[in-house]
Amino acid sequence: MPDLKSVNELVLRFANVNGSGSASANSLVGKSFFRMGLPVGPKNIFPSNIQGLPTWYEIRVSEKGYTGRRGSVDVMVAMNSQTFQQDVADLVPGGYLLYDSTKPLNPHGRRDDINYIGIPLTQIAVSKYEQARHRQLFKNVIYAGALSALLDIEFDVLCDLLGEQFRGRDKIIESNIDALQTGYDYAKRYYDCPLPVRVERRELVGDRILVDGNSAVGLGAVYAGATVAGWYPITPSTSVIDAYTKYASKLRTDETSGRKLFGIAQAEDELAAIGMVIGANWNGARAFTATSGPGISLMSEFLGLAYYAEIPVVLVDVQRCGPSTGMPTRTQQSDLMACAYASHGDSRHVLLLPATPDECFEFSMLSFDLAERLQTPVILVSDLDLGMNDSVSKPMTVAPDYVWDRGKVADYEMLENGFEFYRYLDIDEDGIPYRTYPGTHPTKGAFFTRGSGHNKYGGYTEKGPEYKENMERLLGKFSTAATLVPEPVIEDKGRPDAVLYFGTTLEPMVEAIDELNQQGYSLDQIRLRGFPFSEEVWAFINRHDRVLVVEQNRDAQMRSMLMIEGDIDPARLISVTQYDGMPVTAEFLVTAITGHLSDDPAVSQRLSA
Amino acid sequence: MSYAKPKVAHPAIAKNELGYTRRDYEGSISTLCAGCGHDSISAALIQACYELDLPPHQVAKISGIGCSSKTPTYFLGASHGFNSVHGRMPSVVTGANIANKDLVYVGVSGDGDTASIGFGQFSHIVRRRLNMLYMVENNGVYGLTKGQFSATADFGSASKGGVPNPYDQIDLIQMALQLGATYVARGFSGDKKQLVPLIKGALSHPGFALIDCISPCVTFNNHEGSTRSYEYVREHDVPVVTADYVPYAKTIKVDYEPGTGTSVKMHDGSMLNLHKLEEDYDPYDRKKAINYLLDCQEQGKIATGMLYVNPDVTDFHDILETVEEPLSSLSYDRLNPGADALESINASFR
Repeated sequence: MPDLKSVNELVLRFANVNGSGSASANSLVGKSFFRMGLPVGPKNIFPSNIQGLPTWYEIRVSEKGYTGRRGSVDVMVAMNSQTFQQDVADLVPGGYLLYDSTKPLNPHGRRDDINYIGIPLTQIAVSKYEQARHRQLFKNVIYAGALSALLDIEFDVLCDLLGEQFRGRDKIIESNIDALQTGYDYAKRYYDCPLPVRVERRELVGDRILVDGNSAVGLGAVYAGATVAGWYPITPSTSVIDAYTKYASKLRTDETSGRKLFGIAQAEDELAAIGMVIGANWNGARAFTATSGPGISLMSEFLGLAYYAEIPVVLVDVQRCGPSTGMPTRTQQSDLMACAYASHGDSRHVLLLPATPDECFEFSMLSFDLAERLQTPVILVSDLDLGMNDSVSKPMTVAPDYVWDRGKVADYEMLENGFEFYRYLDIDEDGIPYRTYPGTHPTKGAFFTRGSGHNKYGGYTEKGPEYKENMERLLGKFSTAATLVPEPVIEDKGRPDAVLYFGTTLEPMVEAIDELNQQGYSLDQIRLRGFPFSEEVWAFINRHDRVLVVEQNRDAQMRSMLMIEGDIDPARLISVTQYDGMPVTAEFLVTAITGHLSDDPAVSQRLSA
Repeated sequence: MSYAKPKVAHPAIAKNELGYTRRDYEGSISTLCAGCGHDSISAALIQACYELDLPPHQVAKISGIGCSSKTPTYFLGASHGFNSVHGRMPSVVTGANIANKDLVYVGVSGDGDTASIGFGQFSHIVRRRLNMLYMVENNGVYGLTKGQFSATADFGSASKGGVPNPYDQIDLIQMALQLGATYVARGFSGDKKQLVPLIKGALSHPGFALIDCISPCVTFNNHEGSTRSYEYVREHDVPVVTADYVPYAKTIKVDYEPGTGTSVKMHDGSMLNLHKLEEDYDPYDRKKAINYLLDCQEQGKIATGMLYVNPDVTDFHDILETVEEPLSSLSYDRLNPGADALESINASFR
């Protein structure tokens, strides 16, 4: 039996049946590590299903602060007979398998290099509880209690969390704690506790929070002053609107009248959702919508209108696995080009690329400022992994002197004082014209918004030179956008090779870079955070011989965008892709990156020197 | 702007209560075909807004795509207008209306724009009870693409080339009644006397108001065999309930005695006086109205006038429970929950 021993370094995975009530017990365990001061990375791997299909919950605990997926599993809680064989196979040699020993194990597929920890969960639950529903739910809590003993999770921490979750419902708290205790006692009695793989309290999380990206985006919209949301339900973006609804209801209800300082319309489809957002923004409110890949396809026509008629739009795309319906509950970064170049004709859009919940919050607020400053759609491109999984994050903050930027709006006073308003005239030479809100002034400032050809004065045109002049100005505006999107995060120590990534590749990349360094591979890094690409991005790429472009899609879309936008020699951009729908692991990154680099004689020579 | 009309008005020209002349409600010169029914509808809209003393800049005109959707350029030149995307006017108006409930919304659409590509959006804007005038300029044909049938063309109606329409028509009036619209009227662009009061009533109605206005296409649907030609509609038009619109100010000034029929008091105090021409028609009974319309359809008759009205309405903002002020007018101070609230939210994630 291989010897597996570790303190505060483990991957714990739960294998369950969807709809069996396991989610709350599993997240209770996940949060308990965080409460013990440990960096933690929980990932919910769930099916597109309400009941019956397999679901997993994987928790990474890492004293070193690696909260991305590592790869492989140390401790498996195998509660799903459908996937049992595969779950057993996923354990590392020396790993631990916690299973329900009410029925004897099938000897087929039995591994000699792992430890079996049987607990008769069904039997205990049946003898303790009358109702079928209680038997099912408390079985999950019993194994959580057993894990407390086995992994040395502080029992009080679990009790505190239950107390918070069911505050005011003492009977429920009591029965849950009783179930926890049952599991705890059983494990203590029959097994050597704790296991050699265990946890211990540290003070490593400070003031950080454990939150999902979608909540942060929704809350960011509240703090940005968004008053209108039009939306259509779609996984994995729905919880963005849920969060906006929750926080706006709580924080934005007029105390005296009880009425709301926001309006949320569930639309009949994504076309209507973005149509509402365009109408509301045109009319002077801050409005947004959230969707996923299929919604982006449907919204594309309207995005072209907003681009060409220059109407602010905030669109959150929580990417999932495409194409078509794809794997709706799996993650990917595969909407990049669909977002960047959405719609027919020459059109392109501003993208923001958050990697952490605090960036989700910050960029959510920023997207409203940029959309109004630039008078164009801004797409916040998140993904399922970031949006729906909890991540350890810096707290969400707003600068004390923050003031919203409504952009260039000619108001009543300006018009009254003789401001000469023409809708698409570039008077500041930044490509951005002035707009007016409907209803501003009785005689001045009205204009006609149209997606058909128009000239700089806002008039309809079919004259080539007038049309072209306006299209050229839009290009100029896009150059302005490149100076306003968040700058990349760079580590440049003058090495010849570099790695370029964005979004949720960040978490596993932190771990992979350390591991690569240990193996002697030294790389500079750039994490992109916005599109169009800024001068800093081009300068970084041009300083390096080769740049490994890491992304979570099959077709290396970001690499294509770099080639299209910056005319970069394709030979210098080496593609590393992972697109099976699961969050990227550090193990994958290390293998893929060393695979590319060790092929290169120059690198091999450096390594052997 | 490609076309402009002279802006100087004769000093003796008539003015409304706000001091605006009729000219102030006009737009640029129409580029539609000479004799197009849509231009008559624009003229009726201009007259209605003038007579209602609406400040032009407090009206927002929003349309989809097509001949009808071009018309917002041809009326209310001092209003903001939005020629959006084919079939999607309802969603754009919805967003605009949520943002600012204080403007008057005129949505202009056509039969292709509403009954085909925009049929879904049409249904849902009725359900949302949006406070607006939804004007369908209905000619039964796709004009800009040269004469294809639209979904409102009658079964058997002939195209310009003589081919009969093999599909059943969608009757937007019946749809709106089923979906709960509270002001439903059918007009005919050739009958301005009937149309203007219908528009005025619709603009005063504090909920969703549909006017399905038959508007012959002189180029592609004004021939023998068409059921949307001037001739056909004039022959088969059955005015069911005619309406007079009496604004609030005038109801106070004169002790108005309605002639035949009944009066509907609108929310702003103005009166809609209805004159029933068909004995068995009841404009307050939704179910009976639907049955009557089905009978007319079977007999090839086109029922026009004020077909259904219910002045007791809820508007979308009642459903949304929004504050009295327009959302677009709220300052950042009112919208920002503040740093303390954010800190307690952060704490809830620890």
